[in-house]
Amino acid sequence: MEKKNKHIDRTKKVISIHDLYKSFGTNHVLRGINLDVYQGENVVVLGRSGTGKSVLIKIIAGLLKPDSGTVNVLEQDVAKISYQELEQLRLRIGFSFQSSALYDSMTVRENLEFPLLRNSKDLSREQLTQAVENALEAVGLSQTINQWPAELSGGQRKRIGIARTLIMQPAIMLYDEPTAGLDPITSMEINDLINEVQERFNTSSIIITHDLTCAKATGDRLAVLLDGRFAKEGTFEEVFASDDERLKSFYDYNFIT
Amino acid sequence: MDDASMSLKQKQPRRYVFTGKIDAFFTDVYTFGQFISRFFKSLFLPPYEFKEIVRQSYSIGVKSLPLITLTGFITGIVFTKQSRPSLSDFGATSWLPSLVTIAIVRALAPLVTGLITAGKVGSNIGAELGSMKVTEQIDAMEVSATNPFKFLVVTRVLATTCMVPLLMLYMALLAMMGAFVNVHSNEQTSFVSFIENGFHSISFLDIYSSFIKSIIFGFTIGIVGCYQGYNTTQGTQGVGRAANTSVVMAMFLIFIEEIIVVQIINWFRMP
Repeated sequence: MEKKNKHIDRTKKVISIHDLYKSFGTNHVLRGINLDVYQGENVVVLGRSGTGKSVLIKIIAGLLKPDSGTVNVLEQDVAKISYQELEQLRLRIGFSFQSSALYDSMTVRENLEFPLLRNSKDLSREQLTQAVENALEAVGLSQTINQWPAELSGGQRKRIGIARTLIMQPAIMLYDEPTAGLDPITSMEINDLINEVQERFNTSSIIITHDLTCAKATGDRLAVLLDGRFAKEGTFEEVFASDDERLKSFYDYNFIT
Repeated sequence: MDDASMSLKQKQPRRYVFTGKIDAFFTDVYTFGQFISRFFKSLFLPPYEFKEIVRQSYSIGVKSLPLITLTGFITGIVFTKQSRPSLSDFGATSWLPSLVTIAIVRALAPLVTGLITAGKVGSNIGAELGSMKVTEQIDAMEVSATNPFKFLVVTRVLATTCMVPLLMLYMALLAMMGAFVNVHSNEQTSFVSFIENGFHSISFLDIYSSFIKSIIFGFTIGIVGCYQGYNTTQGTQGVGRAANTSVVMAMFLIFIEEIIVVQIINWFRMP
């Protein structure tokens, strides 16, 4: 699927990160991160394993607290708002986990109903069913509605994970390694789905990956995380036109040039 | 902080107050205390998750019934069988109903129920929450604007705290039945006579104390299982460790609590 950038609104920041630091003991993972994400934009954060990419989006979702710096999401500082305010903010953030994180003890239907039942208590059974069917249809997996997560393939689990976030109609999507562990064809399907979500629901996204094919297919802008800081930002072509040896080697390993 | 000073900091040897293991033990005790404190704080805050409490109570209580039935009945028979020769030597087999009832109500029913539930339910809670933790299901719940501590921990601990006393009463009944079967088959004692003799020798204090013990055991099983599962690290290996530690730690604490409660009850028993 060809990437279209027509929905990006460069005047409206949905995520704004300034001078973000995060350490775990003596391991200094993030050392001064600055990043703005605009309305309707897909930003890919690239980096090797263990460079703190997942830590970054977990801070954005309020799952981890930063040591210092500000993280504004939809004009709210996630580190300073109350737990109740954070819960309200999270309703507008979709998080697709690397492991899909489907609830094993629930069917696909129950997995999708869970966030709705918890947060929209006045919905009727018909409305619930309709919302679940719409979300499954959006990811092309309507037939799995009564299956258990254990019965699904890796690609299907990823799609259901994305459907579970879409059901709440989020403004922001956070994808943690969406193509990790998938074959090239399924990876391509997931990349297409990420673009489709961006266009259809007009979401802004941060996509964490070390897969350059995914980065190229989904990213309107790339930010490369090296040694706890963004070493380079720009379009795919701009980033890899750089003379930086670390970026060149990253490119070479991915595309085996 | 620049890179040079950071690398210097990284090279400094870690300092301990005592030794690594002793420090880790006290840290663990402290975090467990914090976990218990968080439970009590969350307990009184909405939402109250009644549906999930009922679901967990069913899962913990009703699904444990077959095991409790079997072990309760067998415990009653075996204890009576083993006690008979000693009483028989003194020509005191008529005291068997009293002896058995005291043993079952005061000690066997709460202790055996506690230990069996720790093995069955404690390991289940530890493994389930541990597995949810390492597969990011707990994080997924949190980003769905659901408080996972309330939904997963508070509900399970309340369910075990409510269900273990009920299971204890059920086990006591089954053990008494087992004891009666054995006594009846040897001495042809009637059921009414067995019950009269048995209950003549116990007081309400015995029943209350067993009930209180079971509440404490139930809380211990739930909170230990949840603590181990909720704080699981290191992947699938960690899940196995959480399940195992949940059982071992809960059983250890149950014995400690048994000693303490018996001691306290004996003070009340003194004239």
